Amino acid sequence: MTAVAESVELVRLPAEVRRARILGVVYLVLAALVFFGFAVGTEGDVTFRFGEKPGDLDWTVSAAGLATFTAIVFAFLGGVQLVRGFGKKTNLVLSLAMGLFAISFLGWAAAGKSFSMTGILVTTVALAAPIAFGALSGVMCERVAVINIGIEGMLLGGAFTAAVVGSLATPWLGLVGASLTGGVLALGLAVLAIKYRVDQIIAGVVITIFALGLTSFLSAQFLVENSQEYNNPGVLGPIRIPLLADIPVLGRIFFSQNIFIYSMYLLVIGLTYALFKTRWGLRSRAVGEHPKAADTLGINVFRKRYINVFIGGLIAGFGGAYFTIGSVGGFNENMTAGRGFIGLAAMIFGRWHPVGALAAALVFGFADSLQVKLAILDTGIPSEFLLMAPYLVTIVVVAGVVGQARPPAADGQPYIKE
Amino acid sequence: MSEEAKVPQQEEKQSEDQQPKEPRWIEKVAPKDVDWGTLVVIPLLAVLSALIVGAVLIVISEGFDAILPAYKALFQGAFVGWNSISETLLVSTPLILAGLAVGLGFRAGLFNIGAEGQMTIGGLTAVIAGISFEGLPAVVHLPLALLAGVLGGALWGFIPGVLRAKTGAHEVITTIMLNFIAFRTLDYILKQPFVQAEGRFDPISQEVLPSARLPRILTWLPVEGAEQFRLNLGFLIALAVAWVVYWVLFKTTIGFEFRAVGANPSAAKYGGIGVVSAIILVMVFAGGLAGLGGANETLGVLGRAFPGFTAQIGFDAIALALLGRSHPGGILMASFLFGALRVGGRTMNTQTDVGIDLIVVIQALIIVFIAAPELVRAIYRVKGGKEAEQLTRGWST
Repeated sequence: MTAVAESVELVRLPAEVRRARILGVVYLVLAALVFFGFAVGTEGDVTFRFGEKPGDLDWTVSAAGLATFTAIVFAFLGGVQLVRGFGKKTNLVLSLAMGLFAISFLGWAAAGKSFSMTGILVTTVALAAPIAFGALSGVMCERVAVINIGIEGMLLGGAFTAAVVGSLATPWLGLVGASLTGGVLALGLAVLAIKYRVDQIIAGVVITIFALGLTSFLSAQFLVENSQEYNNPGVLGPIRIPLLADIPVLGRIFFSQNIFIYSMYLLVIGLTYALFKTRWGLRSRAVGEHPKAADTLGINVFRKRYINVFIGGLIAGFGGAYFTIGSVGGFNENMTAGRGFIGLAAMIFGRWHPVGALAAALVFGFADSLQVKLAILDTGIPSEFLLMAPYLVTIVVVAGVVGQARPPAADGQPYIKE
Repeated sequence: MSEEAKVPQQEEKQSEDQQPKEPRWIEKVAPKDVDWGTLVVIPLLAVLSALIVGAVLIVISEGFDAILPAYKALFQGAFVGWNSISETLLVSTPLILAGLAVGLGFRAGLFNIGAEGQMTIGGLTAVIAGISFEGLPAVVHLPLALLAGVLGGALWGFIPGVLRAKTGAHEVITTIMLNFIAFRTLDYILKQPFVQAEGRFDPISQEVLPSARLPRILTWLPVEGAEQFRLNLGFLIALAVAWVVYWVLFKTTIGFEFRAVGANPSAAKYGGIGVVSAIILVMVFAGGLAGLGGANETLGVLGRAFPGFTAQIGFDAIALALLGRSHPGGILMASFLFGALRVGGRTMNTQTDVGIDLIVVIQALIIVFIAAPELVRAIYRVKGGKEAEQLTRGWST
């Protein structure tokens, strides 16, 4: 298995060639779809607004022309993919192509009208945040070879604690409580997976079901009747960073957000540095790739796994707080609605790398916000189908990408010290 | 590289591969002795432990005095009186079918979290068949509607099966996503004019025609109120299906292939078993079982489809499969237990201040204790037995 995975760089395996061909055909099909669906018969210009007010920073383009351009690009990508493939850049190209597809789709949907791009990008970043935290939590755990399917439960637990502690004390303390809740749930996962060597996927699902049941029970028991007292935490509002926030377009997207968005960027940078440039990161990765070798060299495999899974839980719990004190300001039963699992898919799509995870989360966030914005445009597409979009994207991504990405070698296997 | 350097390396690799794996997969496919500690004692202790932790939660939320009334209501609601028993068996029925859907997957090393979505689609297709074909006699219409449910669920199992077998997309993620897609599909189709109930604007289907309803089977009992007993033919169907699943899994070649793939896919492949088709087939069967469970709900007790009619049964099914150790007989017993918890939970919810969500917590705790038998052994100082099984495989194919 290891030998096969390593030879990927040198020789393209039959399976990989086949995958590249399938992707090439998908590009060609999409090209045809874009051309006949969005270009033929579409009239009028679309105005993408990047400024605060109509009039400043507008980009007006013919919707049909935009779609034709997209179709040509897709046909070209399909051709390249069929002939030689993009190798390691496949995911990057795919993401950019999906972005272009989305823009031409928007052009078709909003033909003859104007559409606020800044608005959708701000929503994208906001909706991507919890997914990104989930994905980063997954990266933390899986880099030390513990599969964390309990992310969903940790997000939910974080959301609940943030609401309750935020109501009883302050939202900032709620944030601390949320992180710790995620951490405690992660310790539960760690004990089951590391000490008792329970099947890690089952342990993760158990954590999720447990968190769902407990938060629903406590919510029905306490929060519903006394929502003013227990479920009224308030919201951590946006913090404008002076000067930077005044940059047009980018300022609103990047520098006028709440603490969660800033933490997300810092965490991605910090984790990337820590995992790939420090001794701690090298050791963590060694535990995930070859625990026996790491053990032989004197690394305490169990302690490393416990600590990193705990940190992963802190991250997920923090991200879960976004659902309550970061956005709507109150807890509802099962309010995470599968975002933790989408985060897991983002982690796979991002190839177990923090930057990739963030990029993937943004893709999912975009699919999510598209659904919100398109409902306003009244395109004739039933809202149910728009609501399916993030889930469909997840399936496509996992089916199309997972075979190419290589998880940490020991992922999911309990370590038994001899 | 010289010959001497190669040889010891190879030997080491071989011994590493063979020692833990070979005996284990044979034992898993054809277990010789029944380990009572694992099969009976651990599940009982797990249920007991979960009830104890549940009691702690009751103390926290309602105080010490609330435990006894709550658990008393739970027990009475589930078992005391003919109607309670009818209700418990009625509620157990879809649990049996969904539990089998998850358990069958486990036997083949697949974790089917999609039973909820498969039930949703199966229940929906059954309703569509059940409201169409007016004038058909019940002997034709009812089997037709049930078959529609099976096929709908099978389709929803086929998708993750193919994705897993052909692309390696992990079924845990794809089935969860297909659950959400199934809920949205249900919302959409329930609003279409050929399904939606007349005069309604919310997503709710027309009522299933009487010829496609599952007939009640306890109304003949000579006790008071017997005509109200809701237990229907679906229960007998579920029992029969559980036996068929047992027979297929343990007495037929195809069942052996499923279990071989679950125990060790590489060994199965080199033994000449088509792993790809086995994975797809298992998911199709599992989807069909869950779909039948959904049909049982819509054609039986509910008589129509509406959003959320599956009531988390597909998720409870995971606990059932673990509790029943993926054995049809075990799943049957586990389903009766969970059916009793659900029915008793309703009584507890209405008669005391303890909410029904406590049942979900208790169920989750049962899975924790079942999945980690070492934990139960450590708490109760039970000796011996095997360690936790690795039921699924990681992300790799």
